[in-house]
Amino acid sequence: MSCAESFSSYAFRSIGFGERLLPKSDITLCDQIILIGSGMMWNVYFAVVAILFGFVFATMLAFARVNGPAYLRLPADFFVFVFRGSPLFIQFFFAYELFVQLPRVGVEIPLGFATLTASTSWLTKAWLGATVVLFLNTSAYSAEIFTGALKSIPRGDIEAADAFGMAGFKKFRRIVFPTMLRLAWPSYSNEAIFLFHSTALVFFSGFPAWRREADGLYYASYFAEATFNPFVPYPIIAVYFVFFTLLIVGFFGLVSKRLNRHMAEAPKVKFRLGSMLTR
Amino acid sequence: MFEFCADPKAIEGLKWLSCYLTTPKHAAMYYSILTVLALLAAAVPPILFLGFAGALARRSGFAPFRWIGLGYTSIVRGVPDIVFFLFFPIALDQAVEVLRHKVKCPEVVGPIYQGNDFVVCQAAKMPLGPSPQWMHEAWGFTLAVITFAIVFGAFTANTLHGALAAVPKGQLETARAFGMTERQTFWRVHMPQMWVYALPGLSNLWMILIKATPLLFLLGIKDIVYWAKELGGMKTQAYSYPHPDWRIWYFAALMVFYLLLTWISQRVFDRVFARASRGMAVAK
Repeated sequence: MSCAESFSSYAFRSIGFGERLLPKSDITLCDQIILIGSGMMWNVYFAVVAILFGFVFATMLAFARVNGPAYLRLPADFFVFVFRGSPLFIQFFFAYELFVQLPRVGVEIPLGFATLTASTSWLTKAWLGATVVLFLNTSAYSAEIFTGALKSIPRGDIEAADAFGMAGFKKFRRIVFPTMLRLAWPSYSNEAIFLFHSTALVFFSGFPAWRREADGLYYASYFAEATFNPFVPYPIIAVYFVFFTLLIVGFFGLVSKRLNRHMAEAPKVKFRLGSMLTR
Repeated sequence: MFEFCADPKAIEGLKWLSCYLTTPKHAAMYYSILTVLALLAAAVPPILFLGFAGALARRSGFAPFRWIGLGYTSIVRGVPDIVFFLFFPIALDQAVEVLRHKVKCPEVVGPIYQGNDFVVCQAAKMPLGPSPQWMHEAWGFTLAVITFAIVFGAFTANTLHGALAAVPKGQLETARAFGMTERQTFWRVHMPQMWVYALPGLSNLWMILIKATPLLFLLGIKDIVYWAKELGGMKTQAYSYPHPDWRIWYFAALMVFYLLLTWISQRVFDRVFARASRGMAVAK
């Protein structure tokens, strides 16, 4: 099979287009590179959705923990404790079993004027269920980072904002939030990398790969088992992960530049892989 | 375990539960907690060793050592640990078998990778086919420890490298001014002071290590995740203790177990920090 044929058969195999069967015999290097790359779409999807939603939720959690009343602070603290203190691997298993237990037809949410039926069967599928778990997990870790940043905002900045007559949402939008983000950014970029790496766990925990549509690591381990040779598929997926990790580093570096643009002496956020482990 | 457990179908309530939770299979599950703790205990020395080796390699005056150190720490950091957990056990296993194949049966010629097959002679199998079950389990466990050591050694090397660099220059210059040799400076001044800077990172790594232990399950070791799946699954009337699918409760118990483990660790580390930073001018 030529590379072009492999491409047309497997490039979108992970989302249900192309050849139905996975390659069985005469597995070429092209097959491996293309199918594993196809699976990486799942990893990118999980990471992007979880990080985008997680960012918003983590900000709310951090404010609840620092400024919120007790009835918000305590649940937020507990949430962070549970999700940071237990392994993501177990969280996946637990969540899957939980989602399976939910009534098959759906949960009825009375809104007063109408009843909303939320379908729960999708939660047992990886595309939604695993994303929810990853979202909650990254929210907890990011909330911890943001909490630390909120607590270390220079007092003078807040006082200056007060002196200018800023209050409420204006103070938040112009002073508190940008400063928090600037302080948290180096650690937060680490968290993003870790979260992206965690997406490889999804199909090895409770969530089944429906019609063998799964992420890159699933296909890599499939190839390792089919060819009895781990020295080809795993380096391929390693290269993919390093590539996307560098993309994340690049993107977060750009944002960091923007966040720090007003600083007199741009503190060079020198990003070293491995510095500042937060997980 | 208890006498009234002779006929489990005749009892109910707390009595039933106490019998249920003390079956031999449950005992095996409690025993597998020891597997987790044993892995943690067995992995820490090689992790620290590799960590030191990596950190020293990165500080080495000999450029190729620096490249090796930097390459090792960067690659492990840029790739998810689970990839290594899937890769190393098979790779190490195959490497050992190829070596044994070359030594033990040199008369067998022909490639080892034949199409989609991996062929070594019987005498090279690791462990040998007829060896007892515990040998297989011990071999699997050893591979797991080595894998954990390689992955976490790289993280540790990063932390120790940073900590070694964080010791104030003045301290080292003072040591030299006192006439200490390079070696004396390293062992008497640099190393003892490094720990304070390394501890936050190391405690964090310990937490990550604890939370990585369920991955043992992926290496085919009968750890607590295996037993939780096994025991929690639905049991029909054919079993002595029939019950519906209880896996959710078993996984909830595992979550509590890990929360306890990390919570206790955190408490211990807080104490150690307080002790280690006595008399040191470090920002709180």
